[in-house]
Amino acid sequence: MSESPAIRVRGLTRHFGALVAVDGVDLEVPRARISGFLGPNGSGKSTTIRMLCGLLTPTRGEATVLGLRVPEDAEKLRRKIGYMTQRFSLYEDLSVHENLEFMGEIYCIPRRRLAERIALLLADFQLDDRPDQRAGTLSGGQRQRLALAVATLHEPELLFLDEPTSAVDPQSRREFWETLFALCDAGTTVLVSTHFMDEAERCHELAILDRGRLVAKGSPTRLIDEVDAAVVEIECEASRRAHEVLSQRPEVQSVAQLGVRLHALVDRGLSRPDDWVRARLAEAGLVGAARVVRANLEDVFVAATRAIEAAA
Amino acid sequence: MRVVREPFARILAIARKEFRHLRRDHLTGGMVLGVPLMMTLLFGYAINQDVRHLRAGVADLAGTQRSRLLAQDAQATQVIDVVERVESAEALESLLVSGRISVGLLIPADFERRLAHVGRPAAQLLVDGGDPIVLGAARGLLALPIQDRFRPTALARPTFELRAFYNPERRSPVHIVPGLCGVVLTLTMVLFTSVAIVREKERGNLELLITTPIRTTELMIGKILPYTAIGFVQVTLILLLGSQLFDVPIRGRLVDLYLGAGVFVAATLTLGLLISTAANTQFQAFQMAFVTFLPQILLSGFMFPFDGMPRGAQLLAETFPLTHMLRIVRAIILRGAPLEAVGPEIVPLLLFFGILMGLSILRFRKRLD
Repeated sequence: MSESPAIRVRGLTRHFGALVAVDGVDLEVPRARISGFLGPNGSGKSTTIRMLCGLLTPTRGEATVLGLRVPEDAEKLRRKIGYMTQRFSLYEDLSVHENLEFMGEIYCIPRRRLAERIALLLADFQLDDRPDQRAGTLSGGQRQRLALAVATLHEPELLFLDEPTSAVDPQSRREFWETLFALCDAGTTVLVSTHFMDEAERCHELAILDRGRLVAKGSPTRLIDEVDAAVVEIECEASRRAHEVLSQRPEVQSVAQLGVRLHALVDRGLSRPDDWVRARLAEAGLVGAARVVRANLEDVFVAATRAIEAAA
Repeated sequence: MRVVREPFARILAIARKEFRHLRRDHLTGGMVLGVPLMMTLLFGYAINQDVRHLRAGVADLAGTQRSRLLAQDAQATQVIDVVERVESAEALESLLVSGRISVGLLIPADFERRLAHVGRPAAQLLVDGGDPIVLGAARGLLALPIQDRFRPTALARPTFELRAFYNPERRSPVHIVPGLCGVVLTLTMVLFTSVAIVREKERGNLELLITTPIRTTELMIGKILPYTAIGFVQVTLILLLGSQLFDVPIRGRLVDLYLGAGVFVAATLTLGLLISTAANTQFQAFQMAFVTFLPQILLSGFMFPFDGMPRGAQLLAETFPLTHMLRIVRAIILRGAPLEAVGPEIVPLLLFFGILMGLSILRFRKRLD
């Protein structure tokens, strides 16, 4: 049983009227790992998570979560999953402790056990100095810790976290991820959606979504190693002009500005991509340094979404 | 030129945007036409201060030709509709207590003898004085002439002696306060429940709540339970104020009153639940609650006598919880009726509760789609 994946999805599709929010996603999420959905806003991350929780009915396709079919067996699944919504969804006029207590009672956790769990979680999530503070007055980081505490209160096998760190400062984000790794080490499967590249890089497994389609999947290292382009980093005074010149070439998949540098994704077919780029710049009367670098996740993302566009 | 043109441009921009909002908000858009339509129809067609067709009972203990003619004449005025005939004064009074009738014609056995003696009314008109408008209409019957082949002129005295029950001093608080229990509960209960669930929708709490093992029925019952308690607090407060400040007599048993009010509160709360399954914002819930509140206030018999309304409006009003609640509280508080006597009013409330609760549970999905 434990060898079977936590989530298995075949051809999962969801329409909202004419809009195709999720389009034929096939995916397997391994147990006791942190898996990530990476994609921009509107790429279908939340919709997919909601379908997997049984909150939205798929238009087509099938999904099995922890061996249960959704949405048919969604009710049986409820006890086994924890869900942290994108928007803070706890009661702002209830205190930290009251929120935890309420959710514990909804899950019918026995009184004594619940008191133990709450004490433990308050300490783990550094909320033990303010159990009586109203949730509405907490800072972004504190709210997020409370939301995760609530989502893990009933010790779910599987955690869905929908953009959990979007309203949180970098320090809180780091601590948050350490907590996720601790949960994962304890055997919890975590599925997290994000649009932050640095966050995506921490996941064991990654699925890149773009406009509802799954465009790449694998571990971050594998995705980086297998990116279908050479990445050339360019430093050039006239970076706007260089951007323009390179974008016009069919060999160039995309050019992105990263601070003062440009990242150009060029076809793998070119034997010396850096020389080729320098030559193209020289033709336009530009001087710049160019070197081939290891791709980062953003490059992977750009390459994957470009490949889909080219195929369309 | 710009000084003149720019304000106009901005005013028009705001106005045009406002129309776009209205066009997309079907509920508010609907109220633009719906409210005047409803109000005009209700006020113009259903509400009738000139009351006719009061439900009446006759106890003709004389059984003479003239007594039969008197009952027929009273019916012919259209002020009353004779719906019951009984054989004793007691039976007539108990019909009045149960609310089956609001006017009773009591023609005593010595009717003929009384006619012969000048100076005493020949018959009695028993009236539910709880409603001043009903009382006023019934007074119009007092001087109904007695048909007499030999003496066709009207007698120099009233035909009937008026016996107004329950509110002999005709004080309006006695009429209004019991009804207020129902009206206040109708307003607050519907608003409280509908807003309570919609607020969770609006604030995003519901998305989390529906991923927990909670069942729809559990959520619904858990939501209305506290408001039932609040309903009892409100009833108690109104009754206390009514009896202490306005000397409204409470003639029936308090237990009966609270039981009746409890059923009514539950029924009204389900209306709030149903609204909450349809509304997406607290404002929409508020609008819908208002739309259900208005006809209840106008047609339930709180502001105008139920008997005075046309048949169609009466049938519609029978579907409102408030209509039945008013009959229950008035019967228990003013007429001292026991709960059994208002059983026919409890049944529709239970039905209302069952149907709306069922609809709410069916409509509420633990889904977002």
